[in-house]
Amino acid sequence: MRAIEICSIMSSLTLSDLHPGDTATIVAIHAEEALHQRLLALGFRSGKQIELIRTASFSGPLQVRIGTTDILLRRNEAAKIKVCRA
Amino acid sequence: MKRIALLGMPNTGKSTLFNRMTGGAARVGNWPGITVELLSGRILLGSDMVEIIDLPGIYDLHGFSDDEQVVRHFMHDNVPDLALVILNATQIERQMSLLLQLKQLNMNIVVLLNMADEAKKYGISIDSRKMSEMLGMPIFLLSGKYGTGYPDALQAITKALRYPTPGMAEQLRSQLEQDEHIESEMARVLKHAVQVPAQLPESLTDKLDRVMLHPWLGLPIFFGIMYLLFQGIFFLGQPLQGWVSDALGWLRVTALDPACAGLPAWLSGLLLDGIYNGVATVAAFVPIIILFFLFMAMVEDSGYLSRAAFLMDALMAKMGLDGRGFVMLLMGFGCNVPALMGTRVMRSRSLRLLTMLVIPFSLCSARLQVFVFITAAIFSPHAAPLALFSLYLFSFAIAILTALLFKNKFRNNEPFVLELPPYRFPTLRQMLLRGWLEVKHFLNRATQFIIAGVILVWLLTHLPASAAPASAGTLAGMIGSALHPIFAPIGINEQLTIALIFGFVAKEIVIGSLAVIYGSSGEALGSALGQQLDWVQAYSFMLFTLIYTPCLSAIATLRSESKDLRYTLLTVMWSLGLAWAVSFIFYQGARALGY
Repeated sequence: MRAIEICSIMSSLTLSDLHPGDTATIVAIHAEEALHQRLLALGFRSGKQIELIRTASFSGPLQVRIGTTDILLRRNEAAKIKVCRA
Repeated sequence: MKRIALLGMPNTGKSTLFNRMTGGAARVGNWPGITVELLSGRILLGSDMVEIIDLPGIYDLHGFSDDEQVVRHFMHDNVPDLALVILNATQIERQMSLLLQLKQLNMNIVVLLNMADEAKKYGISIDSRKMSEMLGMPIFLLSGKYGTGYPDALQAITKALRYPTPGMAEQLRSQLEQDEHIESEMARVLKHAVQVPAQLPESLTDKLDRVMLHPWLGLPIFFGIMYLLFQGIFFLGQPLQGWVSDALGWLRVTALDPACAGLPAWLSGLLLDGIYNGVATVAAFVPIIILFFLFMAMVEDSGYLSRAAFLMDALMAKMGLDGRGFVMLLMGFGCNVPALMGTRVMRSRSLRLLTMLVIPFSLCSARLQVFVFITAAIFSPHAAPLALFSLYLFSFAIAILTALLFKNKFRNNEPFVLELPPYRFPTLRQMLLRGWLEVKHFLNRATQFIIAGVILVWLLTHLPASAAPASAGTLAGMIGSALHPIFAPIGINEQLTIALIFGFVAKEIVIGSLAVIYGSSGEALGSALGQQLDWVQAYSFMLFTLIYTPCLSAIATLRSESKDLRYTLLTVMWSLGLAWAVSFIFYQGARALGY
């Protein structure tokens, strides 16, 4: 088994746990239908590389990058996206 | 060994079913034709071992997202003996398309309608026998925890696997190859014509954002930019306003006064002191309006508004709003009406209603005119921009207060996900185009409201003919004194009360109607106001103007967007009550402190 598979089964790391500058791979998205659709439309898919660019102060939203797209999302939305550190 | 492929849209309970079928004994495996690993498990069905593969959830069998390609490639190179299709029964009308796409492939299919109990709660009734007949495939309803329907489904799967499906694999492959042709064409063009580096080099946007979105500096920079913008509008706009006003005054003295000399006194009064003075006073604001919209267009097109949403979201969340709501508030600085309509992007009704309750407190450009005029008339040139800026702060404070008070009434948990565009330098053409469109809109409103408004004000202040113009004996004077008990405690006199009544229709009329009431325009009107009002009264008047209902168009928009008369009344009553209360506290407080 490759590291990423082990991670996808074992770990409970989510996008909201990452620190600015971290790169990770999306493993799963556990969001309700509407949010799931919106995330898909913005390029969130399992297997995709995602980079956390920065977080806003006062536990504000996160700025993440998938490919060439930058996206803002709140921490509780980010917590629904399971990732594995690259 | 026979193969069963588990297919369905995302979030249909596919993986839960997979775990249930395999008893959790799944393994990750490689499959020919695809580069990602898929979970599969082996179970005993009847007397044979079969392998079940959990394919990624897809919306469209012929789509070109990564997952959709994976599913197609898997099926092409590992044709399953049976496709087990899971549909979410609560979204049956949307999910049916995937089933029909699979049916077209002539596959051996068993359908499971999941979440049947939930569908029942929504009042959705599905006749699975009828559906099964029409589609020519076995269909089973499963309830939430597969308490019912599961054994029947397993039996049908076992039965379906018993019959071989001659020729299916070839047919399926040839159909899937049509999509593969598009895939390879797409890949070929992308490979030769497009290059995307794995890690993007640091762009200008990244460098700018490191400063603009800095954890500590971001917010101060944002407020600094806003302050400079409004200072700039004031600094550049005031001289322009003066020149336009002088030019219009000169036109009246040199051309219009002599031209109207032959007319009856009342008619030349209506034309010159009424319509011309009113319209000229408003027209003098056109340069400031143009500047304002040029600057707004610049900020909007630059991509900075999404950054503002990023910076402010944490604070907005505490008020039950989100970063987009903050952007709408900023848009409201131009005009509340498009900002109210902009809330359509929000899915949650509660969030929309709360945002729409707050937007009318945005100091729109029509109110800006009133404040520019009055601050210039009452305050020193040095203090006037500060007074104006303080009104912007009040605008925010009132919005915050309103959101905090109403956030529990309009609770929501709408997700906040937004794309962040790169910075773009707005072209001069775009800015001018935007500015021109806004000015056209302003002039349209002017012809609709302002001329009718100033004529009405002139009539009210000159009828009955026996009374001296604008005196207590006129209709306006009577209305003013009737409302005096309400407005006296907040320092607003009878003349200003009339202007406020017209401001209910549109704030653009306020200064025009003051021009008619005082029978003078431009600087003369300014000094007349300056003599009659002290700064406490003037500021109280501005506070009331800021907070009470923006205009009839805004109310109409609130009504049409919310489709709720009671909500619309709430917004109107709340803003009127709050306007009075804030002005009262300010006026009485300032007087008590000896100002």
